[in-house]
Amino acid sequence: MRIVLEKRGEQSNAMAIASPFIALALTVIAGGIIFALRGFNPFSALYVYFVEPLTAWWSIEALIVKATPLVLIGVGLAVCYLANVWNIGAEGQLTAGAILGGMIPVLFPTFQSPLTLLLMLVFGALGGMAWGYIPAVLKNRFSANEILTSLMLVYVAQLLLDWLVRGPWRDPQGFNFPKSITFEGWQLLPNITGSIHLGALFAVLAGLGLAFIMGRTLKGFEIRVAGSAPRAGRFAGFSREKMVVFCFLLSGGLAGLAGCIEIASVVGQLQPQISPGYGFAAIIVAFLGRLNPIGVIFAGLLLALSYIGGEAAQITLGISDKIAKVFQGILLFFILACDTLILYRIRFEASARSSNLQPAE
Amino acid sequence: MDLLLTIMTASTPLLIAAIGELAVERSGVLNLGVEGMMVMGAVCGFAAALLTGSTFIGILAAIAAGIVMSLLFGFLTLTLVSNQVATGLALTLLGLGLSGLIGESFVGQPGVKIPNIGGIDPLIPGAILLTAAVAYVLFKTKAGLVIRAVGNSHSSAHALGYNVVAVRYLCVMFGGGCAGLAGAYLSLAYTPQWVENMTAGRGWIALALVVFASWLPWRAVAGAYLFGAISILAYTVQTFGWGIPSQFLSMLPYLVTIAALVVISGNRSLMRANTPACLGQSFVPDR
Repeated sequence: MRIVLEKRGEQSNAMAIASPFIALALTVIAGGIIFALRGFNPFSALYVYFVEPLTAWWSIEALIVKATPLVLIGVGLAVCYLANVWNIGAEGQLTAGAILGGMIPVLFPTFQSPLTLLLMLVFGALGGMAWGYIPAVLKNRFSANEILTSLMLVYVAQLLLDWLVRGPWRDPQGFNFPKSITFEGWQLLPNITGSIHLGALFAVLAGLGLAFIMGRTLKGFEIRVAGSAPRAGRFAGFSREKMVVFCFLLSGGLAGLAGCIEIASVVGQLQPQISPGYGFAAIIVAFLGRLNPIGVIFAGLLLALSYIGGEAAQITLGISDKIAKVFQGILLFFILACDTLILYRIRFEASARSSNLQPAE
Repeated sequence: MDLLLTIMTASTPLLIAAIGELAVERSGVLNLGVEGMMVMGAVCGFAAALLTGSTFIGILAAIAAGIVMSLLFGFLTLTLVSNQVATGLALTLLGLGLSGLIGESFVGQPGVKIPNIGGIDPLIPGAILLTAAVAYVLFKTKAGLVIRAVGNSHSSAHALGYNVVAVRYLCVMFGGGCAGLAGAYLSLAYTPQWVENMTAGRGWIALALVVFASWLPWRAVAGAYLFGAISILAYTVQTFGWGIPSQFLSMLPYLVTIAALVVISGNRSLMRANTPACLGQSFVPDR
């Protein structure tokens, strides 16, 4: 038996909506199998992982807090991928944002005014933009592959942060731990309600703002043309170089902002590790949200659930929280597989070789 | 002499993974999942060697793990024609996650080292032989001609009656096996132990090496040895203690990768002559 793809006349709108849900269902089934293999009752394990976190308000708060950076980074990446610009170094841009944003409280610990926070956030975004600008320039000037350069810069940014918090920026009263001073007062984001901080608002605004840009402005049109019909875009006078720079500055800036928000809220200081891989998980968020900013908001919540559920499963069932990363990887696989259904019908045929040798294309 | 041997040891995993990916890319497929396949090879090889006490079985297990991972990638990109870049990323993310889960109980356990044969690690000359074999097959045999045809113009190759998807599946599996072997080299020879994310971006550096080599196998050897030399240099300078923070020395391989990509990619004529024309493009046979 072999699988044959048959191109649909036009893309299936029903499948475009259904595919993320099919992918989710398949991921849950795969998750059940993994739990069963590890000797747990799959149903109760899945309940603990995916449902229980949604039954208490405090864990919903935790969910929103975790979703904040994922959405902020995810919407930027969604725009990049739509334009066929492959920024996969968001984790590095996040780190750069945290470094530059964190510089203010570390170097001026007594500077306390609303301006402090504002400056931190601006510097955070600028740090991410600067880090994102490097692969964009290398791409435009030397056609260096942006996938590889942006990824290499992740390691560079993380090593830079590591050096800073072990060396010049280490808290002198910190008993030699590799940590900066703890932020306080206006160096931290105010909370909206409970543990949900102002960052959540930024994430929603970023999603809505980009949804508007993508749907209602010429820039949004330009971005979509750059991805789906680059040749037509060139004839229309849209510059590919400017598009690459725009995408990297946008996604880098949002990732940098996310990094700065993390250190000014959940983490509360600079330390060698400030993110459990949000920059990479956000790649999955972008695809799960079907590269649509509004979709990304929901996808961000879902990926956040995979982190929270992982913690819950570790506490309740003693399953390693590393399973969260496995679920995330499986999820992305299923999303990409299900997206095929949008453009193609899948048929299963008895394995007879087709004999008609038509010239291709 | 000792220094040369250390450099060769550091270069070998890069070379093995890069040669595998080079064959994959020559068939027109861009598999960005090298890091994921490599790390799975590292953990599976380590686990199998520890449980059976045989590094040979460990190596076989690592190759098998790489091939299984690459088949996942192949099924999505070749059968379901998903986006190759995104699927490769998915493979890396899955591999890093899955290896962490599998390897959890092996962290900190003393490993088994591949025994030296005649005072030398057998995989060092093995990697060179692998390069020679790939260079021979790609450029001196009909099979190599078919692979390159598929990579340069899948439509023409299809029109001539070649099974594009089958050729690509085989190449992808070869790449997966090589990445798995490279991973095993890390966990069974280079540093015989399992540490989470122990590949530390080597899969990505291997991908960059393919570009650096401009898709020519022997240049990959030069590239891999250059990178090996730089990482060893960084390590040596550290022991001299010249006051350069170790983090900056650890950055060197990544920075050099970027620099190498810039220098090579900027050379347009070289790139145009050797880049497989269908690299990264999906193929759906029309019937």
